[in-house]
Amino acid sequence: MLERQKMPVQDPQVRRYNFNEVALGFTQEQAVEEAKRCLQCKKPSCMKGCPVEVKIPTFLNDVAKGEFDSAIKEIKVDNALPAVCGRVCPQETQCEQACVLSKKGASVSIGRLERFLADYERKRGAEIPILPKPTGKVVAVVGSGPAGLTAAADLAKMGHSVTVFEALHEAGGVLIYGIPEFRLPKDIVSSEVEYVKKLGVEILLDSVIGKIETVDELLSEFDAVFLGTGAGLPSFLNIDGENLNGVYSANEFLTRVNLMKSYRFPEYDTPIKKGKRVVVVGGGNVAMDSARCALRLGADEVTIVYRRGEEEMPARAEEIEHAKEEGIKFRLLTNPVRIIGDGRNWVTHIECINMHLCEPDESGRCKPAPTPGTEHQIEADVVVIAIGTSPNPLVPRTTKGLEVSKHGTVIAKEDGATTKEGVYAGGDAVTGSATVISAMGAGKKAARAIDAYLKGK
Amino acid sequence: MPFEILKKQELIPTIHLMDISAHRIARRAQPGQFVILRTGETGERIPLTIADFDRENGTITMIFQVVGKTTMQLASLSAGDELRDFIGPLGNPALIENEGTVLMVGGGVGVAPVFPQARAFKEAGNKVLSIIGARSASLLLWEDRMREVSDELYITTDDGTKGHHGFVTDIVKKLLEGGTKIDRVVAIGPPVMMRSVAGVTRPFNVKTIVSLNSIMVDGTGMCGACRVLVGNETKFACVDGPEFDAHLVDFTLLMNRLAMYQPEEKLAAEKYKCEREGCTC
Repeated sequence: MLERQKMPVQDPQVRRYNFNEVALGFTQEQAVEEAKRCLQCKKPSCMKGCPVEVKIPTFLNDVAKGEFDSAIKEIKVDNALPAVCGRVCPQETQCEQACVLSKKGASVSIGRLERFLADYERKRGAEIPILPKPTGKVVAVVGSGPAGLTAAADLAKMGHSVTVFEALHEAGGVLIYGIPEFRLPKDIVSSEVEYVKKLGVEILLDSVIGKIETVDELLSEFDAVFLGTGAGLPSFLNIDGENLNGVYSANEFLTRVNLMKSYRFPEYDTPIKKGKRVVVVGGGNVAMDSARCALRLGADEVTIVYRRGEEEMPARAEEIEHAKEEGIKFRLLTNPVRIIGDGRNWVTHIECINMHLCEPDESGRCKPAPTPGTEHQIEADVVVIAIGTSPNPLVPRTTKGLEVSKHGTVIAKEDGATTKEGVYAGGDAVTGSATVISAMGAGKKAARAIDAYLKGK
Repeated sequence: MPFEILKKQELIPTIHLMDISAHRIARRAQPGQFVILRTGETGERIPLTIADFDRENGTITMIFQVVGKTTMQLASLSAGDELRDFIGPLGNPALIENEGTVLMVGGGVGVAPVFPQARAFKEAGNKVLSIIGARSASLLLWEDRMREVSDELYITTDDGTKGHHGFVTDIVKKLLEGGTKIDRVVAIGPPVMMRSVAGVTRPFNVKTIVSLNSIMVDGTGMCGACRVLVGNETKFACVDGPEFDAHLVDFTLLMNRLAMYQPEEKLAAEKYKCEREGCTC
């Protein structure tokens, strides 16, 4: 009762050489057994941990009885992208952390069951809910990432006509360009996008809002606009040598690998430098993803350099564990000082300094400080900078009356309302880089607020 | 969203013109901006500067030189074919004002993006002096179009088959040394040429603008592949440019970064040629 069902995974020594999905998913028997562990609490605390308010005990009860069809239908009332969430949500800090079983032993594997159901449904073909009568209102959604897709799906289910504008040539935002195939297969993202389209949502690709059309122009054609433009602007360290050949932002490295499929070069045309000794700077999920991609591209040694300790790492525990199993090296309490080249602009080393932790800073985490005299060099032919992103200024700069914070994030109320009438925003564009599910939660809230706004119009 | 090719023409050996039907982009395009395109599902995203646009007919004109796999593929297409993706208009428009006298310098395929700017400067009331250069007379691009929008047109060829025997910089230097009052220089062409023009105009303190053709992926500020050093500050050519003050640009870094994927580009081009010509290597 206290033990969870074990998730079948690809062997670390096999998977480090391929891009196939790491976690293989529960069998039907495992799913039923796992769901039976749910205590069906009268006041379920798990639901409070879910940013999109999935009715967790209800769907778990269905799974325990083997009623998978009704279980997935129940999830989809609140969550349009369960196959994605079941894979990339940090459940251990959300629903599963709130599960009462976690106090005694291990919580119910809610995320893995969500994934199981979504995969079960995908194999059989998703059912489209009956849509209400069209309201005649039209809404533009800018960006087809988790926030935009959720807002679009919810608005469509409310009877509004929705058009999504996506800058890239594929829909999905960070789910397509950022999260690697081995963690979130792109076929799954595509089928979730197809589901949203089947709800009647139109997705216009290759459309960079702020360039091909401004938000102000969209407002003349649409009754409301939702901005789910994400946090796509990469941060750099601003140290010497960052423009050497072989030094990538994580955004570029992952976009080449995931969106452009450069791991299949030359079958796909976009090249990538396949380093033998790769250093990734950063401690978040994006750093783990970059390191694990570098390994799969054929690196002999991949090292993560992070300026704080393992406890302070923002990456999910599961991702750190998977990275370690695959042989990624961790150099913690280590910070880059400069990047060194060979005189012909190619990177050869990264110079780092040891750090030690002092008092907690405003983020509550211990502030790292350099230990003088500990400078040392690590050999590297590829360096990936994965220290975070901020919102792209393209839309705010071209939108009159849309206020942004000093960090470049769009200022929005709890319900997504921005400083501009009829314009709502949510996800990383508002919070700075965060999680897929928090973006989805914001998309959901904004959809409700937009619906209310349209009714009053 | 496929984009139809309305016209495709080989202007001179290895340099092609293509008109694409793209109403929404044509409506917005300005001189100095670029597009990113993809030929097909497995294709890469490549940036090309907009050579002309027709708002009424909704077309964008591009001029490209065959240098690698993607441009070989483009060259193999004809009117009626489609491009898989066509994204724009990207980058900042060129700043076109009445400066007085502007000197437009186009080298090789760089004449194409110079043309709409020369025309715009002319329309803005400037006296337009232009220099177009190529390796040889047969490789000169758009001489007629450039003549139409220029008050004076100079031609240079490396081999002396037409116009001045030498480089575009020779004329730039001659004009400046001869005391011709020039308020702004716009130079677009190979990085070596742009660097040389910057070197010539620097001692005369004439504002010189170049358009940088860095390697790009998304073209919207997302990846930073196109990093350039301008006045010792890192800039993204896609969103901060593509035009910059030539006197502040680190051209050595630009050229080094442009060479980043040379082995891969060679491999892709050879593989493509093999497949097309049916060899079994």
